[in-house]
Amino acid sequence: MAKTQEAAVKTPPDAQWARADEGSAVQRFFRATEIDTRMLGMLGALLLIWIAFHVMSDGRFMTPRNLWNLSVQTSGVAIMATGMVLVIVTRNIDLSVGSILGVVAMIMGVAQTTYLNGFLGEHTNLTWAAALAIGIVAGAVIGGLHGVVIAYFGVPAFIVTLGGLLVWRGVAWWVTSGQTVAPMDPTFRLMGGGPYGAIGAFWSWMVGLIACVVIVLKLVLGRRNRRRFNFPQRPMWAEYTIAGVGCALVLGAVAVANAYPWPKGIVRRYVQSNNITVPDGETLFISHGVAIPVLIAIGVGIVMTFIATRTRFGRYVFAMGGNPEAAELAGINTRWVTTKIFILMGVLCAIAGAISTARLNASTNAQGTLDELLVIAAAVIGGTSLGGGIGTIVGAMIGAVVMQSLQSGMVLLGVDAPFQNVVVGVVLVFAVWLDGLYRRKQA
Amino acid sequence: MSNADVVTDTASRSDTTRAEKVVEMQEVSIAFGGIRAVDNASLDLHKGEVVALLGHNGAGKSTLIKVLSGAYKRDNGSIRVRGAEARIDNPRDAKAYGIETIYQTLALADNVDTAANLYLGRELRTWMGTLDDAAMESKAREVMGRLNPRFQRFKEPVKALSGGQRQSVAIARAILFDAQILIMDEPTAALGPQETAGVAELIKQLKRDGISIFLISHDIEDVFDLADRVAVMKNGQIVGTAPVHAVTKDEVLGMIILGKCPPGATPGPGAVDI
Repeated sequence: MAKTQEAAVKTPPDAQWARADEGSAVQRFFRATEIDTRMLGMLGALLLIWIAFHVMSDGRFMTPRNLWNLSVQTSGVAIMATGMVLVIVTRNIDLSVGSILGVVAMIMGVAQTTYLNGFLGEHTNLTWAAALAIGIVAGAVIGGLHGVVIAYFGVPAFIVTLGGLLVWRGVAWWVTSGQTVAPMDPTFRLMGGGPYGAIGAFWSWMVGLIACVVIVLKLVLGRRNRRRFNFPQRPMWAEYTIAGVGCALVLGAVAVANAYPWPKGIVRRYVQSNNITVPDGETLFISHGVAIPVLIAIGVGIVMTFIATRTRFGRYVFAMGGNPEAAELAGINTRWVTTKIFILMGVLCAIAGAISTARLNASTNAQGTLDELLVIAAAVIGGTSLGGGIGTIVGAMIGAVVMQSLQSGMVLLGVDAPFQNVVVGVVLVFAVWLDGLYRRKQA
Repeated sequence: MSNADVVTDTASRSDTTRAEKVVEMQEVSIAFGGIRAVDNASLDLHKGEVVALLGHNGAGKSTLIKVLSGAYKRDNGSIRVRGAEARIDNPRDAKAYGIETIYQTLALADNVDTAANLYLGRELRTWMGTLDDAAMESKAREVMGRLNPRFQRFKEPVKALSGGQRQSVAIARAILFDAQILIMDEPTAALGPQETAGVAELIKQLKRDGISIFLISHDIEDVFDLADRVAVMKNGQIVGTAPVHAVTKDEVLGMIILGKCPPGATPGPGAVDI
């Protein structure tokens, strides 16, 4: 990827760049657009999985309804995978994310059903925010505790978080002695999706349009910046292609989300309670639009990408992954950076826990069980190297979509649960092997 | 203490007597397990002086110097920088005193690019607090242009660079921040003859700018022309120090191999009586 930028323009003659104008049209296309071929391969694999399930399920997979549900189901794992990228990039691992999610979900559930009502009154506008805040603080504290033990006491992350896996699952049980907590605050539940937990057709289009404007602006600004510092430029046609494809994908996703209507029963209740008159024999078509948990996940993805690529903290994370000793010698406080990574991971678990609790409309002590494996698999399939130093947030989120697509596709086909695990396990190993082959070829 | 005073005072009989002492390491010791890697070593450095630290592999040169650069914490002894007691517990502290180090291993983060390595730990930031990559790359192009004019691979992670290019990155990082005291641990180990000559030229240039340099090597030929003084270590101890003009290469070899201190040198605790 880096090579392509230099190659696309006139650089001083150097044997290094002699290859620039060689190669097939396809290769030239990738060089000019600077598209990461690995990422493209992953998207291709995802499309293949979707088409295969679509055919095998007699056209039930790529329907607005299934894709919408898929997007909601993916959001929790995608949110946690963004943090797992930073953990794995620094050559650590976090096996406790599922248990942290469980205990934090329990805390948020108990907070809004019992304690907060005492302070704030029953289901006020603040209940959801207070519950979420309590959950985020709890996640940060738990993650921080892991981080301190790992960074300052020198216990390997594998062991600390393996301990955490057991400890926090036990604590989740202990919070209510195993009882399920329900129901949740109505506003809090919006975070979980469902007909009310989506923003409807109009706002979905608005979000889509804003996203398109941002894409174009970013390209324009990027181009201006490169010119200012005399860095190589992409050819104009490449810029247009990227802008066009980007906007088409965004608007296409919005169109799919808007094509999924509310169920008839809910429309009927909505019509009754709002006194809307509908001609006999017809029902209103009310779009779901983009689900709120999906928006949260996208927001988290953007923030995490910003943190990973634009801040000092993110730079240190990658430098530590590339060469821990060099990072230390460069004067980076590597222990504190490690602690911060685990705090961030805990916060992300809390956000995912909020979504999962809102979606279930309950906290159970089994919530998030085995999520750590999905999250790690998502990060790794998304191109995060267990050797450290390599990984992207976007990749991990797409990895999460791949994992969830496999799972929900197999549910759709009626594959037995144990066999689902067999497939997921095999895919994980296969994906990492393929990735290794690709990287060796690149290097 | 008194012993160290004798050593440092007598050692400064060279031409640099009048210059200010920028570093005084006194009776520094550090042990790993039962092994005394550095044993009561005292060494000083004057302003604008190049001191070559010589010795076999495993003599304790790198360890002594890592105490000064903050990578290791000494067990005993004191370090004074520009006359004042210095507290150096980690690399950040050393950098705060203007001590920059080029490590033998180069200590580069292989997966990030040249500019990111040059500014590692001291990133330039925009008014928003975000990384100012454009400014860092621009400055990186400037400083690398001086050291290695043909270098163009700014967008690539440094693991893709050749040994010489990586070495230039490590050197550029040390001189980028106006170092006053420079530690160069085997700076030419990865370089060809032409690049080695380039580094020698750079050392002379830095010396003219008043920068004081510790130059570590296991090869006398490399450093004899560049250094004002040589200090030899053996088995973790200082064998002796001497102005380069007062000793011959053979005598220095004798110090390195046998620990035998010639008449022109000031003996240290590691000198053997033969």
